Amino acid sequence: MLNRHAVELGILAALALECRVAPESVFARKNYFYPDLPKGYQISQYEQPLATDGRLTFAVAGEPRTVRIRRVHLEEDAGKSLHGDDAVRAAGHAEGYSLLDFNRCGVPLIEIVTEPDLRAPEEARSFLETLKLVLEYTGVSDVKLEEGSLRCDANISLRPKGSGESGVAVEIKNLNSFRFVQRALAHEIERQAALLDAGRPVVRETRQYLEATGTTAPLRGKEEAQDYRYFPDPDLVRLVVDAAWQERLQARLPEMPAAKHARYLDELGLPEHEARVLTSSLPLSSFFEQAIAQGGEPRAVANWTVGELCRLMNAHAVSPCELKLTPAHLVELLQLLDAGTLSRPLAREVLEASLLTGNSPRAVAQARGMTQISNEAELTLLVDRVLSAHPGPVADYLGGKERALGFLVGQVMRASGGRANPQTVGRLLKEKLGREG
Amino acid sequence: MNREQVLHVARLARLSFTEDELEEMARGMNAILAYIDLLKRVDTAAVAPMAHATAPANVFREDEPAPSLSPEEWLQAAPWRSGPFAGVPRFVEE
Amino acid sequence: MRLLGSIDRLASELARKEYSAVELVEEALDRVERLDGTLRAFITVLPETALAQAAAVDRARSRGDRLSPLAGIPMALKDNLCTRGIPTTCGSRMLDGYRPPYSATVWRRLEAAGAVLVGKTNLDEFAMGSSTENSAFFPTRNPWDPKRVPGGSSGGSAAAVAAGEVVYALGSDTGGSIRQPASFTGVVGLKPTYGRVSRYGLIAFASSLDQVGPLARTVRDSATVLHAISGHDPLDSTSAAVPVPDWAARLDGEVRGIKIGVPLEYFGTGVDPEVARLVRQAVDLLVGMGAEAAECSLPHTEYAVATYYVLAPAEASSNLARYDGVRYGWRAPGAKSLTELYTLSRQQGFGREVKRRIMLGTYALSAGYYEAYYLKSQKVRSLIRQDFDRAFERFDVLAMPTSPEVAFRHGERASDPLRMYMADALTIPVNLAGLPGISLPCGFSRGLPVGLQLVGRPFEEETLLRVAHAYEVATPEWRQAVPPGIAAGRGDDA
Repeated sequence: MLNRHAVELGILAALALECRVAPESVFARKNYFYPDLPKGYQISQYEQPLATDGRLTFAVAGEPRTVRIRRVHLEEDAGKSLHGDDAVRAAGHAEGYSLLDFNRCGVPLIEIVTEPDLRAPEEARSFLETLKLVLEYTGVSDVKLEEGSLRCDANISLRPKGSGESGVAVEIKNLNSFRFVQRALAHEIERQAALLDAGRPVVRETRQYLEATGTTAPLRGKEEAQDYRYFPDPDLVRLVVDAAWQERLQARLPEMPAAKHARYLDELGLPEHEARVLTSSLPLSSFFEQAIAQGGEPRAVANWTVGELCRLMNAHAVSPCELKLTPAHLVELLQLLDAGTLSRPLAREVLEASLLTGNSPRAVAQARGMTQISNEAELTLLVDRVLSAHPGPVADYLGGKERALGFLVGQVMRASGGRANPQTVGRLLKEKLGREG
Repeated sequence: MNREQVLHVARLARLSFTEDELEEMARGMNAILAYIDLLKRVDTAAVAPMAHATAPANVFREDEPAPSLSPEEWLQAAPWRSGPFAGVPRFVEE
Repeated sequence: MRLLGSIDRLASELARKEYSAVELVEEALDRVERLDGTLRAFITVLPETALAQAAAVDRARSRGDRLSPLAGIPMALKDNLCTRGIPTTCGSRMLDGYRPPYSATVWRRLEAAGAVLVGKTNLDEFAMGSSTENSAFFPTRNPWDPKRVPGGSSGGSAAAVAAGEVVYALGSDTGGSIRQPASFTGVVGLKPTYGRVSRYGLIAFASSLDQVGPLARTVRDSATVLHAISGHDPLDSTSAAVPVPDWAARLDGEVRGIKIGVPLEYFGTGVDPEVARLVRQAVDLLVGMGAEAAECSLPHTEYAVATYYVLAPAEASSNLARYDGVRYGWRAPGAKSLTELYTLSRQQGFGREVKRRIMLGTYALSAGYYEAYYLKSQKVRSLIRQDFDRAFERFDVLAMPTSPEVAFRHGERASDPLRMYMADALTIPVNLAGLPGISLPCGFSRGLPVGLQLVGRPFEEETLLRVAHAYEVATPEWRQAVPPGIAAGRGDDA
């Protein structure tokens, strides 16, 4: 029996890809024999899929490209096969057998098929990265290639120069990363071009990508021409998606990456780099938006998120999902910075501590006695000590060398253990040296 | 259907026949197909196909996990098994 | 002879503790022991589990539990209904020895009602046939004449009920497989509206046509059993969420004002004139009781068999792809490659008729033929349904023969598949249209039972059962006849 939630995710994916959702769609049986297919057919959709005629725009080297989406449909997963004596022996089983694991059979999948609009391996890769992001945004999948929650087959054909007709298409399977997609396609282009140049035909077939060599090889066991004998599955009923249901789901659709990117530039005034980094990760952009919602100033929040926060997450190998630091923490940190309570260097230190412990920046700063010294009496003592210890730079400054002031500020900061408010220190130094600004 | 067609369909259906069976199968199928040709007389130009006897739509279950058969239970009937797996003669060379 | 009595009578006798459920099932097992060597209605007999189930009912009764009328009544299941832990062969070598890890919904419901399962009955392999001669194990004989077939594919269930080995049985009906054997053996066979009864755990033949239903001695019994097995099942998408009335309680013998249509196409070429006469006589009797009858036409009837023999094999070719020797069922020994494993297992596991239908269906769905065969047949199916829809604008039920002829001899049609297929010519249209149909005895031709078929509107089993019951009550002679060679003793309820 059909899982309602799976249907809704399928519709969300279709809507995110600007597809036309079919008012009525039909489940069909795709008939073929394969050991990991327990019924001898796969439940899929054929003549009347869930949705058709969509599009997705992505960028290649900064230039926008649009791929047409032919269809989005629902189908069921098959099982898994374990081959090879090594794997089989390692699992403690008999040699000469392939083992079959049916645990994931029947799990719903969404299949997305593009039109043949992609022209180069790097385009395919960029498209896939954008598609992955869109699917992540819609919450349709956690898009983990390594766990199989996102999978990809690539079809490629060459078109002789000047010809309007595409050549014979070859399907490539076993593509476990986008990098492999790009490499496999590049290899296929070479292979097919060499065949055509030699006047030999390209065979319509399914090939698999071999990671070790970066090449493709025919998939064995698929030698026979397939005839899937699709027909409507008599065990399942029609799926009807009326306008009301579609509207409810449309309303649930979050802002897509491209729209978000534009809004960050136009409405929030973020620089291009920061807008791009933030929108290319859903957890990062939602961190950013929550911080703004809690009163953070967008440019400062973006700057700190993309800069310092990302650097720290990298350095400590923390993913955005595991982050103990909350958006509210970042806002608090920026407030401490603004108020002059923390200097920039101190703020960085506090951020790191918050990121690692989950304690609030204010608590971290207080616990470490890191609050900035703005008290003038206290600072005046330090300033006096620095002035008497460094007569040379004082003379330089008085002689007109502005840069010497920086040196003196630095010495006061050092003497304060970094806690002095640099603005106040600068003003006090100028007063002492009789050159008020 | 000629012999070649019968063999092709048998391959699709993963069936095999002896020569005698093949001949009998072809004869039986041809007789039935000749009878089915009766349908050509029906004008169906304006008729929609009927896949179901009843016409409900949108029969769903909710996304709630529920127990299902364990491999131990369903593998009881497997002609060959090893641990939690069924198995077949190795079908992909590596 | 208690077992030739009705559920109603046995249930009240059990309630009065005139005898126990254990005594009743012992009698059934004894009859199976004596009769089944000749009849061969059962593939599997289950004395231990049956006695245990009966004992449980007796205990529940002595505790004073409220019991279903089916509690303690000996019954049988066609062997294409899955029974957890109990062999379910589907009449095929392919599933010889297969013990399913789960039970069909219909059996779970009956089990919960205290039904006592005497055994699993013979059938044409995978329910493909009209004589029960296609069983991989042995043919079943007709209790009325052992030289004749009991019909099929639910021939084992029909013979077991007719001979009083059990009180009722379940069968499945894809193109007539309940009604035609009921007609051949002189019992009542009911095919419910498609969707009325869950198909979960019924080993699929043609999913858009298959429906489970009862074979019983009386119309009232059929209503009681139908009530117990009906209702929406979350495990079957095609099972309908419609109310399940207490049909048996509403049977009052009244047919005044009921409009009966008599479709002329069901009385034409190929129909034994004596069969046609008896059916017309039955309609006349109902008219005499206050019903109205008129002739009508279902013009696409002649295309039903051809349509069916495209659609049913097409679905079967896909439904039977799962028998590949991998997860259950027959696996050819010594297969060295995957392809060999598949083809040898299927070659050895399936019988001739099953292979023929898989071949036909695979062909009808294959590239280049789908539109000419499969799609075309689906369109003709629409026309057949529309014929019925139009007729039901004027009539409440349609009356016609169940089978063109009485039971034929063993071996008579085995070598001519097309002629065998014609045995279902009058039942197939009802499956294609998804309607409820019932077959009940309406007389004898040359000593063999003849069946009256009544067909109703979708989900209007109530009208169907009302008319059938009224006719039955008016003709007790058909029920009081007992097959020769079957020990005397008769059901006397009405």
